[in-house]
Amino acid sequence: MAYTLTLAGLKCLMLEAGRSYDVATETPMFQTGKDAPLGGASTPDKDFGFFDATIDGGWDVPDEPYTQASDKAEEQFMWWRARMMGGRTNHWGRISLRNGPYDFKPYSRDGLGFDWPISYDDLEPYYTKVEKLIGVYGSNEGMENTPDSPAGVLQPPPAGRVGDLMIQKHAKKTGVPVVPIHRAVLTRPQDGNKLAPELHPDDPKAQKIVADSMNTRAACFWATECGRGCSIRANYQSTTVHLPPALATGNLDIIPNAHVREVIVGKDGKAKGVLFIDKTTGKEERVKGKAVVLAASSGETVRILLNSASGDGIANSSGLVGKYIMDTVGSDMLGQIPSLENLPAHNDDGAGGTHFYSPWWLYKEQKAGKLDFARGYHIEIGGTRGMPKGNSPVPTHYLKGLYGTKLKEAARRYYGSFVHLACRGEMIPNEGSFAELDSEVKDKWGIPVMKWHWKWSDHETNMAVHAQKTFSEIFESAGGKGLFDPKQDARKTILKGGQVIHEVGGAIMGADGKKAVCNEWNQTWDIKNLFLCDGSPFASNADKNPTETIMALAWRAADHLIEEARKGNL
Amino acid sequence: MDSQDSQNRLPRRRVLQLFAAVAAAEGVALPAALAQVIKPAATGYGQDPKLAKTYEKGEAWPLTFTDAEKKAAVSLADVIFPKDEVGPAASEVRVADFIDEWVSAPYSRQKGDRKVIIPGLKKLDEECRKHFKKNFADLTEEEKTAVCDVMAKGDHFFHVFMSISAGAYYSDPRCWKALGYVGNVPSGGAFTGPPKEVLDQLGLKQTVE
Repeated sequence: MAYTLTLAGLKCLMLEAGRSYDVATETPMFQTGKDAPLGGASTPDKDFGFFDATIDGGWDVPDEPYTQASDKAEEQFMWWRARMMGGRTNHWGRISLRNGPYDFKPYSRDGLGFDWPISYDDLEPYYTKVEKLIGVYGSNEGMENTPDSPAGVLQPPPAGRVGDLMIQKHAKKTGVPVVPIHRAVLTRPQDGNKLAPELHPDDPKAQKIVADSMNTRAACFWATECGRGCSIRANYQSTTVHLPPALATGNLDIIPNAHVREVIVGKDGKAKGVLFIDKTTGKEERVKGKAVVLAASSGETVRILLNSASGDGIANSSGLVGKYIMDTVGSDMLGQIPSLENLPAHNDDGAGGTHFYSPWWLYKEQKAGKLDFARGYHIEIGGTRGMPKGNSPVPTHYLKGLYGTKLKEAARRYYGSFVHLACRGEMIPNEGSFAELDSEVKDKWGIPVMKWHWKWSDHETNMAVHAQKTFSEIFESAGGKGLFDPKQDARKTILKGGQVIHEVGGAIMGADGKKAVCNEWNQTWDIKNLFLCDGSPFASNADKNPTETIMALAWRAADHLIEEARKGNL
Repeated sequence: MDSQDSQNRLPRRRVLQLFAAVAAAEGVALPAALAQVIKPAATGYGQDPKLAKTYEKGEAWPLTFTDAEKKAAVSLADVIFPKDEVGPAASEVRVADFIDEWVSAPYSRQKGDRKVIIPGLKKLDEECRKHFKKNFADLTEEEKTAVCDVMAKGDHFFHVFMSISAGAYYSDPRCWKALGYVGNVPSGGAFTGPPKEVLDQLGLKQTVE
């Protein structure tokens, strides 16, 4: 949003709840387990391992608690936050999938959830712009509801790794297609001189700024995980892709450590600015603006909206602020494949994340009523020969009772013989999954915190059961087996709400202001100069990872904001 | 952190000294007094540690092995990961220091492991003294092997010690070759995937041109 607005010449002030962050100097690019406490193993301070780029964040953020309405684990929400410049864009899989045409009209297809007020065709030009700007590798496979990108937009996908190719070959026998995934990683340098004029026609200044930024990003050099961040700017973080050109315009100011309490609304019903706590002084500060954009994540955007107007809430004439929050259905399985044992050592690091995946492949069976869940999932294939970091590189029951040279030989034998399969599927919005203000608990600065309610429906748990069965079949087809307890209820393999960190919804968009918080431009129905540009306006949460859709919607909303501002309509 | 955990984090000798000091303070209830004299336990590295620096063992929080515990740990780790044609000895890559850092860490998983490792090391020496009149570290190689053969058959401490050692050992780049990890090396051009000999062995074809 700040990128589009500042390049168009608008002055923007961005408030960041965390500290500044310099990806060039702070990223642990080649650090090994020898460099870090506990070899880099995860701890409650660093939930995804020591080297994860996340700063001042995680499932729990001191000073900023959240509460649960239920004490039952399956009804609780795990809320991931990152208090740093670039927020959660520093921690993601870089998986960049377009929603397909079905994904914008799910209610029309099966009567569940809500249709979006836009179609795939409305958003397609913005998906293309985003892919050109951030750089996405992948291939066009022409699969159902899995859109191709226009020719020449995607960067070439990296070659398959051994686990990818193994699963691809053997999953085919079970009817599961495996193809290159799309990820926001440069596999070759960006040609800024070609791309920038396509993104910003008739604007030589913007073209130069964007071309300069693109031309200084390097292509991936096939080492170090993307989750650490990328000091050579080969992958997407907002701090390496969106913010540098926005800052280069001279139109962007950023205030870090700004914890927003509420949006200030004037007597005329328009947003006038925001009130925030400067975390470095603890003092309340106010800033003014002609328009206000919240892009704080579903939970935070909802918190700010509900805390505004002295706690009466704003943009909530529909009563739907906080309602219909969705995450992604997650259900994983590790498998062991004997033919992968004792392979010749080879460098399997690749692009620092997923190379191959299975787009949802059972649309026809689902339409014919043959499945007991209504929406799809895709399968992400995890790498096999990663860097050991603090934990045994082989599940230790494979090494039980061994020591000495026999132990080393067993570790060598089994290392690299494991493949991880992850179901990432669509959750249908429901009445039981929402966030509201806690009437008692406040954060360090006296601001009421979020209280979470969560519920999976049978559509989600049945999907997890289907995924587990599919994974077992794939591993068996490859001559291996899934490592799971056969006595475990497959329904219980579903990850907790929030655990996949794809929180969207809470201020859904819709064509009718009585049944939605936002219109098709991410603009709140009630306050026309207030825009929500995170995942909160999502009316559904397709299996496709949400980031690329968030970016495409934000760009589209920004274009609308600029147009409306020029017409004097804000 | 409760006082039981705090107590676990201290060298046994120091705890005994503390008890002696506290007992001398007349009329003071023991647990309450203990809580006052024991320093606050170490905290973790927090959510904003420096990610791109190299941490020495003991830098993130103090190490807590006694001399006897360290000696036993070094010796046992070298039996579990000896120097051979498959890689260096555990002591060459300071596995025992890693284990010390691990069991001294203020996080619940590691505190759980501490409850196995510290008593386990103590019992190891006790048993060795009972049978061989020597601590484990002072046994001959044959005697050490005999002890490990017994423990490997199902001793929980031995399995936990081996598991933490495996994390320690293979996290050191000098041991990657022993495992077959050859990454963390930048290269230019396109990523081309597994070498032909790997694909041939598995009957696979590269499907991305």
